[in-house]
Amino acid sequence: MAVTAERRLDAHKLRADFPIFAQEFHGKPLAYLDSAASAQKPRQMLDAMNGFYETSYANVHRGVYELAERATEALEHARERCRAFVNASTASEIIFVRNATEAINLVAYAWGLSNLGPGDVVIVTELEHHANFVPWQFIAKKTGADFKMVQVDTDGTLHLDELDEIEGNVKVVATGYVSNVLGGSNDVPRIAAWAHEHGAIHVCDAAQAAPHKRVDVQALGSDFVAVSGHKMCGPSGIGFLWGKTDLLLAMDPFLTGGHMIRKVRADETTWGELPHKFEAGTAPMAEAVGLGAAIDYLEEIGLDAIEQHEHELVAYALEKLAEIPGVTQWGPPADKRAGIVSFDVEGVHPHDVAQILDLEGVAIRAGHHCCQPLMSRLGVVATNRASFYLYTVPEEIDRLAAGLLKVKDTFGV
Amino acid sequence: MSELEQMYREVILDHYKNPHGHGLLEHADAHAEGMNPLCGDEVTISVKFAADGETIDEVGFEGRGCAISQAATSMLTDLVKGRTASEVATLPKEDLLDEIGIPLTPVRIKCAILGLGVLKVALHRAKGTPLPDEWQGLDFA
Repeated sequence: MAVTAERRLDAHKLRADFPIFAQEFHGKPLAYLDSAASAQKPRQMLDAMNGFYETSYANVHRGVYELAERATEALEHARERCRAFVNASTASEIIFVRNATEAINLVAYAWGLSNLGPGDVVIVTELEHHANFVPWQFIAKKTGADFKMVQVDTDGTLHLDELDEIEGNVKVVATGYVSNVLGGSNDVPRIAAWAHEHGAIHVCDAAQAAPHKRVDVQALGSDFVAVSGHKMCGPSGIGFLWGKTDLLLAMDPFLTGGHMIRKVRADETTWGELPHKFEAGTAPMAEAVGLGAAIDYLEEIGLDAIEQHEHELVAYALEKLAEIPGVTQWGPPADKRAGIVSFDVEGVHPHDVAQILDLEGVAIRAGHHCCQPLMSRLGVVATNRASFYLYTVPEEIDRLAAGLLKVKDTFGV
Repeated sequence: MSELEQMYREVILDHYKNPHGHGLLEHADAHAEGMNPLCGDEVTISVKFAADGETIDEVGFEGRGCAISQAATSMLTDLVKGRTASEVATLPKEDLLDEIGIPLTPVRIKCAILGLGVLKVALHRAKGTPLPDEWQGLDFA
């Protein structure tokens, strides 16, 4: 008999780690199906942040006293946890930022402003979250570079063949890893290789990937990878940018001011070492500690187990939604996506769907999901999106389906 | 009455399914398009004044959005017909919210007053008066 080494997770058991589920909404237990927007927080992560504030809190780096050293150690330990999480070769390539949006803006400004100009081309895709779209559009305009967009099918497949038709001096290819609307993964190694063949850098938005599957920066082959903490059980207000050392060294800083300097004189200032050159001002210390603890929590469960759990939930959700007439869903097959299901209920605007579900204690997201170009492709202004995580149980998907019947009943459709 | 029945009252669903004042007017005296940037709901409104150039004679709208935003705009067309432009330009949002008469969370209040905001943009633009700060940011143009 074959022995499987595959770890599985027990979502019913894991829920006990999340204090938020102790509450009721509209007299019903919370079915939180909005984890793609932000994940809920396990007690272990909250305790780590509290513990830091209660026992180790002081400003980092320049303090001589023991408490400041302890705080510095906690911050740098968190950085090391992030390094290991994405398989970076050195912790100095991990730059703490507020979120993935800031990480991408950092690259767009600090790399883009000095390396882009007329005749150059920046490529994004129709599938991008605005975080990996708007900064590039903005910097391309500022520098006179062309801004091009690769199209996508309604199931989330990028038309990568279009890349070869793009003319001009391609300098940046910016694509996501996992779509926050359709849940599918892009072939990042292929796109990054294409970018390098054309002398361009590849910037990967991994905000929606990191919570759900292994993000290995060596395997992806990108030059920059943006990760957000709050979507992976970490606190809000922290994420990180991973970048290749040689590129980071050659770049100008993004934010300037305290901490990021080597020497400040009236006529000139020189920059600090990596990663400090890109971390102006007091660091989000407790948030970094929380992110480190969130990584410990996820690794303990296992990214493979989380990915498998989400595939099963998506398969179940697609089956339940298919039973409801008038419900359309978009995206790749269940075994190819993270725990995300976007759908439409014919004749009912997503806001109304989400409102009625809320009264049933079911929280989903309704709107454009910061993906207006993709909404145009799908031919809608907004979609309903249910998204799942390690604490989601099939019973919550049953409640979603029952809620949708109520929606249809209310609107008489 | 359950929360669901309070919010999606029959009258709201009626206005949503059979909106009053639906369709844009030709040769309108005032016109504006707007959207709620949070959810992408869109409303376009056109107005015709009576011979006095002040009384709202006809209002027409088109839009894409949730039941609350579209039903509220439909109710708005009933509410403002026959009133003067300056009266409506300064109409407090509470007057419309009272008319709608359902409990709304802050996010849904933005849906409910989208049409009123766009109408105010149209009227202030037609009359050359400045749009109050409270209503800034809805305008497409």
